[in-house]
Amino acid sequence: MSNRFLLASTSAGWPPPVLDPGGPYAEPVTLLAWALLIGGAVVLAIVVAALGTALFGSKRLKAKLGGERAIWLGGFLFPAVVLTGLLIWGLSLTSSLSPQPGTDAMRVRIIGEMWWWRVHYLDARGQEALRDANELHIPVGRPVLLELESADVIHSFWIPRLAGKMDMIPGRTNKLLIEADRPGVYKGQCAEYCGGPHALMGFVVVAHSAKDFERWRAARRPADGGGGPGLDLFLASGCAACHTIRGTAANGLAGPDLTHVGSRQTLGAGILPNNPGTMAGWIADSQAIKPGNRMPAYHQFSGRELRALAAYLRGLE
Amino acid sequence: MAREEVMIAAVGTLLLGACHPAEIAPHDAGAAAIARGRDAARRLGCGACHAMPDSAWPKGRVGPALDGFGDRAMIAGQLPNDPVRLAAFVRDAPALVPGTAMPAIPMRDEDARDIAAWLQSLHEQ
Ligand code: HEC
Ligand SMILES: [Cu+2]
Repeated sequence: MSNRFLLASTSAGWPPPVLDPGGPYAEPVTLLAWALLIGGAVVLAIVVAALGTALFGSKRLKAKLGGERAIWLGGFLFPAVVLTGLLIWGLSLTSSLSPQPGTDAMRVRIIGEMWWWRVHYLDARGQEALRDANELHIPVGRPVLLELESADVIHSFWIPRLAGKMDMIPGRTNKLLIEADRPGVYKGQCAEYCGGPHALMGFVVVAHSAKDFERWRAARRPADGGGGPGLDLFLASGCAACHTIRGTAANGLAGPDLTHVGSRQTLGAGILPNNPGTMAGWIADSQAIKPGNRMPAYHQFSGRELRALAAYLRGLE
Repeated sequence: MAREEVMIAAVGTLLLGACHPAEIAPHDAGAAAIARGRDAARRLGCGACHAMPDSAWPKGRVGPALDGFGDRAMIAGQLPNDPVRLAAFVRDAPALVPGTAMPAIPMRDEDARDIAAWLQSLHEQ
């Protein structure tokens, strides 16, 4: 997989284009959006024309416009027919977007946190098979059923090119289907104000061909323990109280799972490219980058220590 | 009359000369290289550690702000600020300044040269 290509495209595709559907669960939404926009424009034009007639029209036209027939047709029949039609069309269109029984969908639970995302891949029986954060990998051409939850306040999960928005509500599980037609990187954004750095709460979906996806899945193994000075620093500096690195003693749960952080497209939940420089910058002072986020700034490291820590985390693929 | 014109011309030349000291090109980078360098710096996320002019976000504080970098005598307080050293430094800082916190950052040769050109084009307003 060409990492350089992916990196370039992550930084480029911002903000994510909202009228460029990339899969079967986004196309109807785009169609509906255009239909509403154009239909609304036509209705507006009719209303403005009627207003113009009422103000400046000839006596004869004004009388016609104010007549009983016009009121019944334009004021009652037309809106009733148009709105009922729209309602039926809109409801049937959106119901085709929700999970039908028997769909062979991959299942993933995504939990919104202030201001990042937990990603739990589930097996066919709904058991957790793999944990990650801030990034979702999917195979192309296969529906993926997302079970959306929240750990704190209301967030909204939105990958504009793959599906409409869906709220994440504490105490509820909302379902959303996504599917990508083509391999690539699809960016997302929390779409419900959730306090503080909400605007910096992004998300990344990476779609692979079926074969690449299997390869990616097979490579998700716990860290092999050989961490050297970087891992020692990680454990000694308190990072492990909040972060898990499977295969090591680090098992904190307050922050994103870092077992595969080195292979993520981005850092800080979709907001920074992932390279040794941004990794060091995030560790030393994430508060300057994402003000108010729940990871403290670390001003105690020497230059060499910071580089060792960043290099260790970058190596976690 | 003629003599007066000569005088005016001479004084004018002197004044102009005073306003525009002979241009010492700091490097032969064109505007295109400078623009590419600015874009590369954004794409690589240099802002995670450095506040960059013309970039509202991110405004990192780990390293020094980069505005006016073209007027600085030294890189990281240790190396003369010339384009060749600067290009080498932005790509592999620890090779030149061993104790630095700034890691080696994978990038293409052109990116390193363009970023150096962009940095040296930054002057105090
Ligand atoms: C108090 C809990 C806490 C501690 C301690 C902590 N972190 Fe974090 N960390 C977080 C949280 C929360 C986030 C997510 C921030 C966000 O994006 O809003 C995070 C994010 C990160 C990320 C980015 C992950 C991603 O997918 O984008 C890295 C890397 C990271 N932390 C490394 C460290 C290191 C290294 C240390 C120790 C020096 C550390 N953290 C200490 C809570 C913590
Ligand atoms: Cu939000």
